[in-house]
Amino acid sequence: MAELKILGVWPSPFVYRVIWALKHKGVNYEYIEEEDLFNNKSELLLQSNPVKKKVPVLIHGSKPIAESAVILEYIEETWLQNPLLPQDPYERAMARFWIKFGEDKAVTFFAISRAVGEDLEKTTKECKELLQILEKHGLGKEKFFGGEEIGMADLALGSIACWLEIFEEVVGVKLIEPASFPRLHQWIQNFKKDPLIKDNFPNRQKLISFFKHRREAIVAAAKAL
Amino acid sequence: MDNSLTPLVLKRLLVPTLLHLGFRKTLTMADEVVLLDFWPSPFGMRVRIALAEKGIKYEYKEEDLRNKSPLLLKMNPVHKQIPVLIHNGKPVNESLIAVQYIDEVWKDKSPILPSDPYQRALARFWADYIDKKIYVSGKKVWQTKGEEQEEAKKEFIGHLKMLEGELGDKAFFGGECFGFVDVALVPFYSWFYAYETCGSFSIEAECPKLMAWVKRCMQRDSVAKSLPDQHKVYDFVLQLKKKFGIE
Repeated sequence: MAELKILGVWPSPFVYRVIWALKHKGVNYEYIEEEDLFNNKSELLLQSNPVKKKVPVLIHGSKPIAESAVILEYIEETWLQNPLLPQDPYERAMARFWIKFGEDKAVTFFAISRAVGEDLEKTTKECKELLQILEKHGLGKEKFFGGEEIGMADLALGSIACWLEIFEEVVGVKLIEPASFPRLHQWIQNFKKDPLIKDNFPNRQKLISFFKHRREAIVAAAKAL
Repeated sequence: MDNSLTPLVLKRLLVPTLLHLGFRKTLTMADEVVLLDFWPSPFGMRVRIALAEKGIKYEYKEEDLRNKSPLLLKMNPVHKQIPVLIHNGKPVNESLIAVQYIDEVWKDKSPILPSDPYQRALARFWADYIDKKIYVSGKKVWQTKGEEQEEAKKEFIGHLKMLEGELGDKAFFGGECFGFVDVALVPFYSWFYAYETCGSFSIEAECPKLMAWVKRCMQRDSVAKSLPDQHKVYDFVLQLKKKFGIE
């Protein structure tokens, strides 16, 4: 069996999607922390993702795969047990649609962690509009995007949703109000409770602390201007 | 029933009824494919190419994006954008998702994605790169002028060179066969004349290998028939520039 490695940084929701997918399939891997992603990228990273120089990267034997959504599809096609996508092509297209929605809108969601003042108000409004779309069009009557069980769309959107909850605490805003987004709220609770997610999640306090520090640095830099 | 009437009933009533039902069943079993599109859209062109590669008959519906049809708003309520592929009444949105869908449903002919998972991952990676970089950087080229435009040109050419590097000496991005990444990128060729004229540069001069690849793609009927004339696209861009007050 070829060696499997994940190159990542511990506070990244994109890295966790990959971890969850491999755990779901019961596949063993070695996790390698990229120690200084912003200032001093490792040789391994530069070699395995020369185009984007970002994490996560999955290295299967000698084959590097970059971009978390691409990695998830690779995992699904390489390890066929416990499928994360439905069989039906239309259902697969729907799952991919929501995965892409998450990818495209992640920037807006993560901007919350860095926004202050007017910017924060604007970003909060934008986030709520996106959440409204998910609430209205995304979740049907089922427990998860994948149906009764967690699927690829849940991993993709769930990673964003879990980190959004962290940002709520870091920034002091409430985005996913149960009254405004009942389905979304219930879905996140179910997602977080699932042993796959619960048992494979970074230390919550450590995560809050990490993003708080980052936010403080950004706020201080903004004030200095 | 009187025996003498039976043959008549059979001939006049039962047989035609059964034939009609059988025929109707055949009709509803046939695929109904509709594409909501806008003629200069490179994203729409991707879906046109995929449908043509598979030889699928479909109804093309041109959308006026300033006056979106109720059908478009119903079929893509989230983004309200084209292209939308509607297969037997069910919408598939996002061009690359639609191309994958077409590849999976009509899987017995002209495969678009490779069969090996790692090759598929590479194809998806580069299609994603094209999605994120080419449209946006190309747009900046025709929307700006002066120094801003010089920066935009540098960025755009940089992305094309990256793709040219990935192509290398292969006939197509996937190797010998025309495939997913080719489908993702070649529609932008219809915008090259517009980019070049607005930006005063030559893509052929900057990326000769890429242009050779374009010519190979354009030899395919599916591509040649799916892309509009470059000059028509340029006229469209001039109209847009006027509309947005960019001279």
